[in-house]
Amino acid sequence: MTDKLHIKLTVNGQEEEFLAEPRELLIYTLRERLNITGPHIGCETSHCGACTITMDGKSVKACTVFIGQANGADVTTIEGMGSPDALHPLQSAFKEHHGLQCGYCTPGMITRAAKLLEENPSPTEEDIRFGMSGNLCRCTGYQNIVKSILAAAAEMNAAKEAAE
Amino acid sequence: MIPAPFSYHRPSALTDAIAILSEHGDDARVMAGGHSLIPMMKLRMADIPHLIDLQDIPNLSDISVEGSRVRMGAMVTQAQVITDQGLAHAAPLLKEAALQIADPQVRYMGTVGGNVANGDPANDMPGLMQCLDASFTLVGPNGTRAVNARAFYEAAYMTAREDEEVLTEISFDAHAAGYAYEKQKRKIGDYATAASAVLLSKDGGRCSSASIAMTNLSDTPIFSEAASTALIGTQLDDAAIKQAVSAALGDIDPTEDNRGPVAFKMHVAGVILTRAIQRAWSRA
Repeated sequence: MTDKLHIKLTVNGQEEEFLAEPRELLIYTLRERLNITGPHIGCETSHCGACTITMDGKSVKACTVFIGQANGADVTTIEGMGSPDALHPLQSAFKEHHGLQCGYCTPGMITRAAKLLEENPSPTEEDIRFGMSGNLCRCTGYQNIVKSILAAAAEMNAAKEAAE
Repeated sequence: MIPAPFSYHRPSALTDAIAILSEHGDDARVMAGGHSLIPMMKLRMADIPHLIDLQDIPNLSDISVEGSRVRMGAMVTQAQVITDQGLAHAAPLLKEAALQIADPQVRYMGTVGGNVANGDPANDMPGLMQCLDASFTLVGPNGTRAVNARAFYEAAYMTAREDEEVLTEISFDAHAAGYAYEKQKRKIGDYATAASAVLLSKDGGRCSSASIAMTNLSDTPIFSEAASTALIGTQLDDAAIKQAVSAALGDIDPTEDNRGPVAFKMHVAGVILTRAIQRAWSRA
């Protein structure tokens, strides 16, 4: 009665196609089926945001999406944002401003922050705290996370200006 | 946390969704954003053999303001409520409330329809719909009917919606009145300890109309006609506000839980309602 679903989706620009049980959650698809382990499992109850990815232009907690809902979707994870040789400005800023301690929440933080800066390229500190409120840091390193996002915003705006 | 197995349906027409509901009855449930239902399925507190994802059904994500009537498809997300300019103009009360619901990621997925249809007394939209005197459109195998929001909620998770019906649209009149949604919660993302939606109109310095509703203070959202009546005709002096608050507290029936004992909730409800009335009046 629970026929497998024929799933096609794009993850970090690469098309994926497979059969999956309907109860498979997107976070398991990414981590266990596709070996994309940047998005983490923290609380698994849609509170902590460690599993945050971008799906069809929305910041989404991948622990609370069934694979059928993601059929046909375009997904971006931290792996799709930068590489060790060419870091995303947010990744550079987190490194520069000590925006991480244990690092467990960082992929979710950066993926969410990227979407936040896309919607609001020049956020205030308050905008950032509100816009990042779905991501928890158990090291409580929020001060430097906010500082990193502010720095990345300035960097990205400067780069954009220089390009124009 | 793996839910029990289920069959997944993703129909592209409303009639198909209703046919699946009719075939499976209580064994089937529709899902909008899934951010109430999926956590319950993961905890195995909800067992749903047939899950019907509504995302491919056309026009359910539309928002329209025609004349003074606002219509929202059931799949309109909380994020849409926050960013839609027409809606923010026609019913700023909703935007003020949506900003206090859950967190950004949940608001991208969570929908107004799911929030009102779920019947969870902790959800914010049902109380807002009491305040706005909204109407819900239900479509089933026997056609379409409208149910007033104030007659929709029967008990926790029990509503006037029949098993084979889908809630497709929410409509209400645009409000010119002063508005406020005040919510006390322990942290971002938490449900309300107490929340209150208030609309007030002012005419010649006196209150000419009032609508007061409350969230998570009974097993259903509460519209307090007595509290609304207590304010009409007054100048919103302290005595009138006290009387309205006292009337509202008489209409609620909170239960003790991890947000506090009954006496605490009654106290918080009074504080929240007072603040909401004062803010709405300052905007009237």
